[in-house]
Amino acid sequence: MTTSASTPAASGAPTAAGRQGRAGLSEGARQERRLGLLLCAPAVIVMVAVTAYPIAYAIYLSLQRYDLRFPGQARWVGFSNYWAVLTSPFWWQALWVTVLITVVSVAVELVLGMALALVMHRAIFGRGTVRTAVLIPYGIVTVVAAYSWQYAWTPGTGYLAALLPAGSAPLTDQWQAIGLIILAEVWKTTPFMALLLLAGLALVPGETVRAAMVDGATFWQRLRLVILPLMKPAILVALLFRTLDAFRIFDNIYVLTGGSNDTGSVSILGYDNLFTALNLGIGSAISVLIFLCVAAIAFVFIKIFGAAAPGGEPERR
Amino acid sequence: MMSHRNRTLTGWGVVNVLVVLYALFPVWWIVALSFKDPSTLSDGNFVPRKWTWENYHGIFQTSEFTRALINSIGIAVIATTIAVVLGTMAAYAVARLRFPGKRLLIGMSLLIAMFPPISLVSPLFNIERVLGIFDTWVGLIIPYMTFSLPLAIYTLSAFFREIPWDLEKAAKVDGATPWQAFRLVIAPLAAPGVFTTGILVFIFCWNDFLFAISLTSTTAARTVPAAIAFFTGSSQFQQPTGSIAAAAVVITVPIVIFVLLFQRRIVAGLTAGAVKG
Repeated sequence: MTTSASTPAASGAPTAAGRQGRAGLSEGARQERRLGLLLCAPAVIVMVAVTAYPIAYAIYLSLQRYDLRFPGQARWVGFSNYWAVLTSPFWWQALWVTVLITVVSVAVELVLGMALALVMHRAIFGRGTVRTAVLIPYGIVTVVAAYSWQYAWTPGTGYLAALLPAGSAPLTDQWQAIGLIILAEVWKTTPFMALLLLAGLALVPGETVRAAMVDGATFWQRLRLVILPLMKPAILVALLFRTLDAFRIFDNIYVLTGGSNDTGSVSILGYDNLFTALNLGIGSAISVLIFLCVAAIAFVFIKIFGAAAPGGEPERR
Repeated sequence: MMSHRNRTLTGWGVVNVLVVLYALFPVWWIVALSFKDPSTLSDGNFVPRKWTWENYHGIFQTSEFTRALINSIGIAVIATTIAVVLGTMAAYAVARLRFPGKRLLIGMSLLIAMFPPISLVSPLFNIERVLGIFDTWVGLIIPYMTFSLPLAIYTLSAFFREIPWDLEKAAKVDGATPWQAFRLVIAPLAAPGVFTTGILVFIFCWNDFLFAISLTSTTAARTVPAAIAFFTGSSQFQQPTGSIAAAAVVITVPIVIFVLLFQRRIVAGLTAGAVKG
């Protein structure tokens, strides 16, 4: 992952330097260069120290048998932790649940988010109200929203549970619980998706859409043939961010079901192995595997779908 | 013609109301719960039958919640300040200066924005115990500022590109060094963008749950979202529902006010980093 992201940078830097030529740098350019590096240095040092070093350490930990109850007995075991995780039904169950939640919630969010974006873009009045309302789920702490949903669906306490047939406890059934987790996730993150799509929508030239209208295109035709293709970059960025975010789902599941009845995600599995089973070796192996999954998703989006890395615009010359 | 117009207006009215209901539904429910009397807490009524402040009194009487609130505010403010300062420096360089390694910085920020936090929990847990910063403010500030740095850098560099840079040139013509131009001319112009980024980063830190429950073990550094999950009822037969609801409302209100006051800026900030690239 590190190599795939740094390759363009590494290959870009020498050409820039080569074009200018080291000797040809004016005093001002040298000063600018020094200032640039100086200003970035603290941020870079923090980011490397807090992510690169720990992930390397996690790889090291994952190759050991390391039980926190017996820290003195830690020893090198090679890949056996990975073997243990990858042959365990718990990992595959959690991965399946995570993928299911990710795919369904991102798909629903894309459709709902697009609808919300169109509402905000085209509303004749109340645009400000809608935009404000939509920001509320974004601002609310995930855990708070999750508790609200949890109480709403708990039989006896909740108004939503009261609407269900008597005797049903949706949070204790695997499929219903997964559905409710997706609902909570969609509620919380659709606004973010909608705002990203709205910004993409604003970049679609109004004349092009009007031209299609003059040519007699219906609303659906305009959306499918004109607006969506022009929005493809914005949609891909929004999908990339939300997919990676959904894959890391933790808070909602922790509060809603605690991962019981096979509703745990891979993050919940990793957490449980670390803090309930106190197994640092297995927990680290899961951590590394999740990192690899995320890297694979990002790779697919960027290399195969061609999602442009945000902020990665060409340098000004 | 008139009726068509009326229908359109009604249509948009309905859509607007639906969106507002969508956004407020769970919020109203937790507010309603927090005002319910313990005897009616589990009646499932949408509106409290008997309104009471008792749940709020309850949580402010124990140090469990007040301590967590202080932790949440302190940790989020410090982490936000550091992330915004470091982010401002880096974003200025990204938006304005020509130097090698700029794309490396952008690539790295992107990588960290995508990083799964759970992957860092196990190593950080061990590292922090060795360093003695486990269950301290520092132990949470470090991951928070790191994970919010990409957000800060993206948002700020997008804002910085909008600034009228001719003023900087004018300052340079007048003999200012790049550093002086940054400090005296650009920094005041950049203040609104920096402020917006501060709000976004604060919301990010305020929201975290995974690090908060993993890297703390006592009330010394436990933030409110984590503390809520450990709430117990005042007796073993009582569910902490009322306390959780009240605590949840307390940490929600300031953010909702912020969001309502600065909604234009927040929308601009959220979308700036991701789309203008």
